[in-house]
Amino acid sequence: MSTEAESAPPVMGGVFAARAQVLGPDDVSRALTRIAHEIVERNKGTAGLVLVGLQTGGVPLAESLSSLLTSIGGQAVPVGRMDISFYRDDLGLRPVAPEEATFIPADLTGRVVILVDDVICTGRTVRAALGALADYGRARAVQLAVMVDRGHRELPIKADYVGKNLPTRRDEHVEVSAGGVAIGELV
Amino acid sequence: MSRSLLSVDDLGAAGIQSIMRLSDSFAEVSSRSIPRVPALRGKTIAALFYEDSTRTRLSFEAAAKRLSADVMSFAVKSSSMSKGESLRDTVQTLGAMGADAFVVRHASAGAARLVSRWTDAAVVNAGDGWHEHPTQALADCYTLHRRFGGAAFTMAGLHAVIVGDVKHSRVARSNVKAFTALGARVTLVGPATLMPPCLDGWPVSVEVDLDRVLPDADIVYLLRLQSERTDESLLPSQREYTARWGLTRRRAALLPGRATVMHPGPMNRGVEIDPEVADREFCVVGDQVRNGVPVRMAVLFWLLGSGLPTGESSGQVLAVDGGDAHQPDSIGASDEEVR
Repeated sequence: MSTEAESAPPVMGGVFAARAQVLGPDDVSRALTRIAHEIVERNKGTAGLVLVGLQTGGVPLAESLSSLLTSIGGQAVPVGRMDISFYRDDLGLRPVAPEEATFIPADLTGRVVILVDDVICTGRTVRAALGALADYGRARAVQLAVMVDRGHRELPIKADYVGKNLPTRRDEHVEVSAGGVAIGELV
Repeated sequence: MSRSLLSVDDLGAAGIQSIMRLSDSFAEVSSRSIPRVPALRGKTIAALFYEDSTRTRLSFEAAAKRLSADVMSFAVKSSSMSKGESLRDTVQTLGAMGADAFVVRHASAGAARLVSRWTDAAVVNAGDGWHEHPTQALADCYTLHRRFGGAAFTMAGLHAVIVGDVKHSRVARSNVKAFTALGARVTLVGPATLMPPCLDGWPVSVEVDLDRVLPDADIVYLLRLQSERTDESLLPSQREYTARWGLTRRRAALLPGRATVMHPGPMNRGVEIDPEVADREFCVVGDQVRNGVPVRMAVLFWLLGSGLPTGESSGQVLAVDGGDAHQPDSIGASDEEVR
């Protein structure tokens, strides 16, 4: 699960070299459980919710949140995945190719959409995702859940649910995977 | 110089597969109620059609518009061409107006390659004489992928039979390259007068008797028979052609159950194919047209919007349009060379 999409522009791929483990697998699952409860609290239940994971790192997190919300609310919460390659504002500046076609499980008009990503940094991915979402219907509200907030925002965008605030340098890289959250560099 | 798609050779197997993968995403875009993404906002695509064409031209225009690009369309009959302007001057004029890509259809083989020499914009060959029609081949491969399924985008183990006027067919040439690149076995069937004079180096076998190959065919690709070929004395008559190489009801019964029948259009019902057979489920002509739009979106996005990371080279920086792009040394350098 690469978070290259959210890292500083000069970083163009490379192999991730972890320097420190920030969260273990148990910490991540505890954070997801807390976020699930925050979502239920804020939306007074799970009715009308749709989860949309951003390719690629947000997709497994959205799926975990969906099963947590389903067990809390007692009713299935649909989950989709979205690739925002065609909406990026840096097209033509570097190779961009979708990982997998977007799948949105329901008409979003009137629903509350919870965008899920692994890491938020500049906010440009989320901006692109908001543009893409509008093409699938007029959601009643859009909320944002992320596992890690690195700071370094370049756009007025804020996450509603955060697993961990993690101050970083721009040249660092944060990797969220099944093994937890690690911080390091792309080399 | 930007990259161009002049021949299926420019892509190779990995490139074709990357275009297929991209096409999946654009098929999803095309299925939405708002089938448009801002990927090529601000780009201008000039369609230079020196030959009559309806479906290819409209397909490219629809693809460009769904990517939010602007389209400059150019009909030869209403243009300065009728006043004697040369192809080169036309290309330079449209280039001066800011075209980022040219889509070129021309009756002469190599026209698109010439255009790519005269301009810094990307060039897509939309059919040049008897030479190639790469986006048709890509649409056909994508149609077969959707029909046969599988995540690997390969045609290994499939037997494609291409029937009819291979000699004058750019579609046949591009499809032989694309099908064999993806691992299919290809047999050409047709009268000797309509076979290319030399097939040395073509990875195909040739057969005259259609009945013999049909029971072993996964794909039957019928080529359009142009009526002027009978005037050129290459065929005794259209009826004779239909009797020996047309997909009649009797021949359709020889096909295995898994077979798919394709045709690049426009079909001559009653000549290459029986009118009733053309409407059967195994005939995917409608899908070929439908899939043309997402495939051409993928091609335009690859040329103008992004690099095309293939399996082996993902993460590598590919040449993109613009002054800082890597300059291939030779004209029409293949994708591999650009890397």
